[in-house]
Amino acid sequence: MPTTYLEAIREGIWEEMERDPDVFVIGEDIGVYGGAFKVTAGMLDRFGERRVVDTPLAESGIVGAAIGAALMGLRPVAEMQFSDFIACAYDQIVNFAAKCRYRWGAAVPMVVRGPSGGGIHGGPFHSQNPEAPFIHTPGLKVIAPATAYDAKGLIKAAIRDNDPVLFFEHKGLYRRIKEDLPEGDYTVPIGKARVVREGKSVSVITYGAMVYVALEAAEALEKDGVSVEVVDLRTLLPFDEEAVLATVRKTSRVILLHEDTLTGGLGGELAARISEHAFEYLDAPVARIAAADTPVPFSAPLEEAFLPNRDKVIEKARWLCAY
Amino acid sequence: MPPVRWGGLMSVAQLATNVPELSGEDPGLARRFLRYMALMREVEDRIERKLYRQGKVVGGVYVARGQEAIPVGVGLATEPADVIFPSHRDLAIFLIRGVPPRRIFAQYMGRVDGLTKGRDGNMHMGDIKLNIVSIISSIGASVPVAAGAALAMKYKGTRNISVCFFGDGATSRGDVHEGINLAAVQRLPLVLVCNNNQYAYSTPLEKQMAIANVADRAPGYGIPAEIVDGNDVFAVHAAARRAVAHARAGHGPYLLECKTFRMTGHSAHDPADYVPKHLFTEWEAKDPIRRLLDRMLDAGWTDRDEVSGFYAELREEVDEAIRWAEASPFPDPRTLTDNVYEQ
Repeated sequence: MPTTYLEAIREGIWEEMERDPDVFVIGEDIGVYGGAFKVTAGMLDRFGERRVVDTPLAESGIVGAAIGAALMGLRPVAEMQFSDFIACAYDQIVNFAAKCRYRWGAAVPMVVRGPSGGGIHGGPFHSQNPEAPFIHTPGLKVIAPATAYDAKGLIKAAIRDNDPVLFFEHKGLYRRIKEDLPEGDYTVPIGKARVVREGKSVSVITYGAMVYVALEAAEALEKDGVSVEVVDLRTLLPFDEEAVLATVRKTSRVILLHEDTLTGGLGGELAARISEHAFEYLDAPVARIAAADTPVPFSAPLEEAFLPNRDKVIEKARWLCAY
Repeated sequence: MPPVRWGGLMSVAQLATNVPELSGEDPGLARRFLRYMALMREVEDRIERKLYRQGKVVGGVYVARGQEAIPVGVGLATEPADVIFPSHRDLAIFLIRGVPPRRIFAQYMGRVDGLTKGRDGNMHMGDIKLNIVSIISSIGASVPVAAGAALAMKYKGTRNISVCFFGDGATSRGDVHEGINLAAVQRLPLVLVCNNNQYAYSTPLEKQMAIANVADRAPGYGIPAEIVDGNDVFAVHAAARRAVAHARAGHGPYLLECKTFRMTGHSAHDPADYVPKHLFTEWEAKDPIRRLLDRMLDAGWTDRDEVSGFYAELREEVDEAIRWAEASPFPDPRTLTDNVYEQ
């Protein structure tokens, strides 16, 4: 019986709660209702109100409370109902949680997780990919899984980690992606990328739902004899610089693809690293594909134009190969 | 000033059950008050009036001259396993928890023996082993974090509580609302201590809020509150004992509003020209240390000679602490990138 991406996250949290009595979940509508997307469904019945804490509507309060509990040695998993609302908790995450260890040696073993990403006509406030400012925050770890296997293994690793971790799930993958998962306990290491598909001509370095866009493009390009390597970063901070440079050295052409908007996105940082450390391997300029520099629009034709897609990747790959 | 109490969802009669009222006739307690209040003032005076002016302390310097009764009165009402979130005007909390003054001077001077080893300055310090959580500069952010610490106390089934200090300015921040509301709904063991010193930087109270008292907000959260003379350490301590007992008994949060006055600028660089001079004169007469000393002398718990001896020893202790801190090394730049993450 295959497990969906959403079920994999639930299983990961559930198993950690079974394993460690200090792990608990906290957020809006996560108990009785089971969460807006049902990630925490069933947890209230199994673990009770003490460990499944329904809160008032207050994201900064939720994250602040998670930080306080983590400072006291617990391992809270806080849900943002939509990752867009993490903006309300920005100060708590960036100024409180991220700096505690560096400033005064206090650990904040907290996870903040929630659904991000577009393609579901959620409009400007239920579709964003808010990772960029957090990738720019030393002290945080930022994860964005693409597969059910990684989602489960990484949420478990995040809960066991002794630093604050932001875990951006892609809501478009929740029920669309499923696979058979191994029996029993496993984790996926934070900070390690994965080569999803081997190739020789062009590398696409990406994460989250864009992994599937890259794979669709790779399938199509394969028929034209263009061999595409797809690298899934999985962790965005600290990102796997070795894996990034290794694929560039191998193919000499690279597309940096993300669903986040272009300016100030992770692609810019990756491009700089490639330029600094693998310039002599490049046969073409570093290419970026990202969402347009606009808010996420609601209406279908606008959102389709906003998001990266298979055809945009194909076009860019052909341009790189012809360069 | 008689204590004013708000009942929240409970009647005043239900509040703070079984807390013996202090007689106010405890010379031992008075000596402890004096020790911490006088030490706090001496340490802060040296930092602000000497080390800062000599350039040995750089950056922000926030002192609490005239407000020492608040952290001392509250701090001595807590147990070591209670977690405290001091604000930037609560130095005595560190002294009460056993942090030696030499480490506080080292902290202000950016030395490795400071509580943050030079990573942060002034009152931005904490020690999780002592159950003191460091403040951050976005004032009020500590309130939801303190609520979370209180949640952890309840979660673990301990009888311990969380105590959070903040100023009148902080009460305008949304985080304070979110934290108090969450703690009230969850009935968390949280004591909220507002140091209402009537100025947030240059902003007077009437531009901070349209109500007379911070405590007036408590009924809106369904929690009890009381207003106390923040310059009377006996009154602060008695109120803190009621608040602590309330939280420890599982009745939820309790708000203490301590009315006081900031006898300085916001920080050492600020001459506070915006404060009408007569306010300083009026509040100088209410100085909490002088009031405590007068009471001790009147009651015959001490005499002038003993007080002189006490201060002479205190100054010597602080001299020695400063010498020690000045000998402490600056941090090695090679440690710059250490401990951003667990190592």
